[in-house]
Amino acid sequence: MSETTYIEAITQAMAEEMARDERVFLIGEDVGAYGGAFKTSAGLIERFGPGRVIDTPISEIAIVGAASGAALMGMRPIAEMQFIDFITCAYDMLVNFAATSRYRVGSACPIVVRGPAGGGVHGGPFHSLNPEAMFMNRPGLKIVAPGTAYDAKGLLKAAIRDDDPVIYIEHKYLYRRIKENLPDDDYIVPIGKANIRRKGKDLTILTWGAMIYVADEAADELQKDGVSAEIIDLRSILPFDEEAILESVAKTNRVVILHEAPLTGGAGAEFAARIAEKAFDYLDAPIKRVAALDVPTPYSPPLEAAALPNKAKLLAAIRELLAY
Amino acid sequence: MIETFGLSRDQLLDIEYYLKLTRLLEERLVALFRQAKVIGGLYRSLGQEGESVAAAYALDFKQGDVVQPLIRNMGSILVAGARPADIIRQYMAKGNSPTRGRELNIHFGHPDRDGFIGQISMLGDMIPVMAGITLAGRMQKRNLVGLAFIGDGGSSTGAFWEGFNFATVQRLPLVIIVEHNHYAYSTPTEKQTLANTLADKALGVGAIGETVDGNDVLAVYDATKRAVTRARNGEGVTLLEVKTFRLKGHAEHDNQSYVPREMVGQRSARSVRAAPRRERLCNGRGLQGDRATRETRSRRRDG
Repeated sequence: MSETTYIEAITQAMAEEMARDERVFLIGEDVGAYGGAFKTSAGLIERFGPGRVIDTPISEIAIVGAASGAALMGMRPIAEMQFIDFITCAYDMLVNFAATSRYRVGSACPIVVRGPAGGGVHGGPFHSLNPEAMFMNRPGLKIVAPGTAYDAKGLLKAAIRDDDPVIYIEHKYLYRRIKENLPDDDYIVPIGKANIRRKGKDLTILTWGAMIYVADEAADELQKDGVSAEIIDLRSILPFDEEAILESVAKTNRVVILHEAPLTGGAGAEFAARIAEKAFDYLDAPIKRVAALDVPTPYSPPLEAAALPNKAKLLAAIRELLAY
Repeated sequence: MIETFGLSRDQLLDIEYYLKLTRLLEERLVALFRQAKVIGGLYRSLGQEGESVAAAYALDFKQGDVVQPLIRNMGSILVAGARPADIIRQYMAKGNSPTRGRELNIHFGHPDRDGFIGQISMLGDMIPVMAGITLAGRMQKRNLVGLAFIGDGGSSTGAFWEGFNFATVQRLPLVIIVEHNHYAYSTPTEKQTLANTLADKALGVGAIGETVDGNDVLAVYDATKRAVTRARNGEGVTLLEVKTFRLKGHAEHDNQSYVPREMVGQRSARSVRAAPRRERLCNGRGLQGDRATRETRSRRRDG
């Protein structure tokens, strides 16, 4: 066991997979000599050489496209987006080429596209994206969003070994803010499996990414009033652990979905619909959603705080849910 | 004697075989289209089959080379080994087609297994993908070359430029043929670019640019072969402009009303001249045209 930050967990996952499998390589902007804009790939070029840690022009289409082409040839590329916001530049390549390749022509395209996502660090409108919902309606992709260092490492390893294109959403707010003791052995966290972060019986908070810590704070607060909240850390957005969600709702009969992306058309809409379709009879109250306002993430700290979900907004929603 | 660029009599006959095979297969598809047995559109390569075959013939598929066609380069995947029956099944959306009815026409093929990869319809995307295929080939020390087709329209996309630039910077073993057939659907080249030639697009990224007459089959073979050799020797990316004509509309439904009448006349005159050029391809080496035709027909029956 050794104490590891979230960002070190990502670096370790890449390094261990590159050492384990010579087909794995990293491609992106400033990932080589500089070690990545956030130093996520620090030390990798020294260890694996420029042939496997490839600095590219500022060309997200070329990064994802070259990764996809190499993947068809049997390689296991990791494509880094310097900020996950820039994945939109490669949206066509991802949703039309990489995502459809296996279904259309039977050619697996095992790429990982990863990059720093999320707000709370005053990155402004172009450096704070939570992109999951943009990709949910494109069959063929997998989407994961770890909230812990343990999951960051285990899910990245699983993503690299997966035969489908995986969008790996790492939350930059967590990079150096959380530290955990990680096992020294080679482990993976399976894609598609949620983690019941806290067991409870009165309501379910369904969330992922950095919002799990907001859920923790709210659950601590509720505890003082004798309310026991169950927290599901979804970890995988696509495919998602429907069984875990439905089981929890069947037990608590109340659910609030919490995500950092804007409300309208957010991933929470899909989960709410699924719960309404499959667990309607178990519900004692309407499904609640707590999410960002429908605005681009603003730069100024008070504006950003007003736009993003937080403990107070979550608690207000939960109080309504409990009073229903 | 015409210059045959080191091609043997058998190789010349081979090229002639693929030219005829492409034309005959397309004529069969037209018949199926008119019987409403082709489910989607039918895109003719008329006028472009010569350069498609000749360019692909410059590759070494045993070495693992990969060709990526556009819709009018069916001839190139036949050279790579695609089976005519599979192409017909694809057009007819049959369950026993290579994509089991999921994809259309020549959108199929695996680069490693088949030596060709069908394009996606956002054509510019294929240049970054081919960059990745050749990057993998280099990582795997396989010394393979990639040949990507793009057009006067597709080379306007951002994806084309990103892939072209990346491949050039990385000195990847990639040859890009930019077919200049004068129309992207209905849009003429002068509305795509003000570059004097499409080969000039190579200047901006530092690649090698060259232009060749697409109606001269052997000239296309020679220019592609030289580009492939450079690529295999680590001398970088070539953008080869192939000047050609699209003799039919974008697809069978398109009557080309937007093409000026005088240009239609010019183009048919050019294609009439292109046909004797193919005959010369055989006759120039002292082969009787009839004999060549007989040989290709019999091969067609065997295939």
